[in-house]
Amino acid sequence: MAKKKWKKHSILPGFGLSLGFTTLYVSLLVLLPLAMIFVNTASMSWADFWATVTEPRVVASYKLSFGAAFAAACINVVFGVLIAWVLVRYSFPGKRVIDGLVDLPFALPTAVAGIALTTLYAETGWVGQFLSFKVAFTPIGITIALTFIGLPFVVRMVQPVLQNFDQETKEASAILGASRLQTFVKVIVPEILPAALTGFALAFARALGEYGSVVFIAGNMPMKTEITPLLIMTKLEQYDYEGATAIAAVMLVISFVLLLFINGLQWWTNRKFAHS
Amino acid sequence: MSIQIKDVSKAFGSFQALQDINLDIETGELVALLGPSGSGKTSLLRIIAGLEASDNGVILFGDEEMTHIRTTERKVGFVFQHYALFKHMTVADNVAYGLKVRSKKERPSKKEIKEKVKELLSLVKLDAFADRYPSQLSGGQRQRVALARALAVEPKVLLLDEPFGALDAKVRKELRRWLRRLHDDFHITSIFVTHDQEEALDVADRIVVMNEGKIEQIGSPEEVYEHPNSPFVYDFLGNVNVFHGRLEDGTWRNGADSLHQQALAYVRPHDVAIERQKSAEDAVQAEIVHIHVVGRTVHVELKQGDTDRFLEAELTKDRYRELDLKPGETVFVRPNQLKVFIPEDYSI
Repeated sequence: MAKKKWKKHSILPGFGLSLGFTTLYVSLLVLLPLAMIFVNTASMSWADFWATVTEPRVVASYKLSFGAAFAAACINVVFGVLIAWVLVRYSFPGKRVIDGLVDLPFALPTAVAGIALTTLYAETGWVGQFLSFKVAFTPIGITIALTFIGLPFVVRMVQPVLQNFDQETKEASAILGASRLQTFVKVIVPEILPAALTGFALAFARALGEYGSVVFIAGNMPMKTEITPLLIMTKLEQYDYEGATAIAAVMLVISFVLLLFINGLQWWTNRKFAHS
Repeated sequence: MSIQIKDVSKAFGSFQALQDINLDIETGELVALLGPSGSGKTSLLRIIAGLEASDNGVILFGDEEMTHIRTTERKVGFVFQHYALFKHMTVADNVAYGLKVRSKKERPSKKEIKEKVKELLSLVKLDAFADRYPSQLSGGQRQRVALARALAVEPKVLLLDEPFGALDAKVRKELRRWLRRLHDDFHITSIFVTHDQEEALDVADRIVVMNEGKIEQIGSPEEVYEHPNSPFVYDFLGNVNVFHGRLEDGTWRNGADSLHQQALAYVRPHDVAIERQKSAEDAVQAEIVHIHVVGRTVHVELKQGDTDRFLEAELTKDRYRELDLKPGETVFVRPNQLKVFIPEDYSI
């Protein structure tokens, strides 16, 4: 049997060069720093490592971090799609302003966002005083902060897809007798699903790593409102570098597995739905 | 189901897309809306489908007024130029869509839907492609899927918007024939929009020629081709030569002068006879510029001796051999059949 050809014939030259460069670049920029976490962690004994990462306070922080990030990403998918829909479908005065505002959470220093949100949602704050339940210094507050910083991802992923959406496909659906809801669910949703999933993954990943905006609104009560990144910071401040990297390593592995799973889901929806 | 269109007008901003359109279409007819782009033919079709609302006027299906009935309830089939298939559904799912979205009461059972889809796919000769996605099909196959999808809901009216416009010449011809046969079998009242005169002449029972938002002429293909009622229709329905002449005592003479009413004579290329000798008074001297043979017909391009205008003639191969024409030779040209129009503001 002939040698298996894994390199497809291509009219574009430079496959070797570009692949080599990509590998080097990703290694230097992403892999190497991340590897340091594991190298650092490796200096701990297995027992120490296990004790550090399964400490009840740490486990509670994992639950909070992943739970709040997941909730925030879910909220962002729903309202991100809605905002993208409105921005693409309708024209109204101030549309450009709103379009610009969407990106603001990216530009704003996250600490500023955190302080602003805390002021608003504190029990005496503008919004907080009207709410019967506590928002600031609870997981709800954390979720709000994470939703805030993840908002642009879904909007910016879904917007171009909606923009390129073929108007005639919708008309075809209507002519065939489908109601608006049916057209939305059966024709439009499958079309935007891959983009919405990508937006979800990005918002989720961003929320997992978020630190600046959350520490202000979280209140950082151990076992209750302490997120994992904060615990890592705390350990660093106590010069417990090994403990910090151990928790970081666990978080990294879980994040990687989750993102890999979402990527797989994306690949699957792409194959199933995006036949262009 | 018959369709009546009464005084329909539509403007997009300051652009008058349709102006007082009146048209009756009988049950089971296959009608072509023919016109150049911007003539309003697609707007009219979309208004009939309910995709666009007319500014005024009434549309009736049978005796039922449709003007304010929503698209979803008009029960028409619509075929788009660019297919508009659901990309994420298989061919079978695409065809079944119109049945599956029905309310529980009206929806056929799963088995019935499956059978219907199978029947339609065999009708469009795509049985083997039921599980493919639209992206895996050729243009002609996609359009056939679109047709099957439109027919699945058993529409009373079938509307086709340039259905073959995006396909290559051979597939186009094939599908055209196939559409004609389909129509002969099912007798669904059908309207199709096209800018291709050959397509309209080939397929339609009746042709509606449109220009600038108005109907220029309605008639059978033969009528509009043989007896066009305006220079526009004459020009649009085929190649044409224009002889500038004059009216003398009610008959047309070649060559304009200042004494008589100016008149233009329109002649189809196949009605232009080429001769070696001047046999009649109205024959015109012309020089052969170019000869090209397309299949069994020979196209001869000529330059009129007196006016330097270009003419086109179509000969059979036999006649061409008989005359033994060569580029650069001088011959005489005689219009066999001409239609005279008095020029108003229309210029060619």
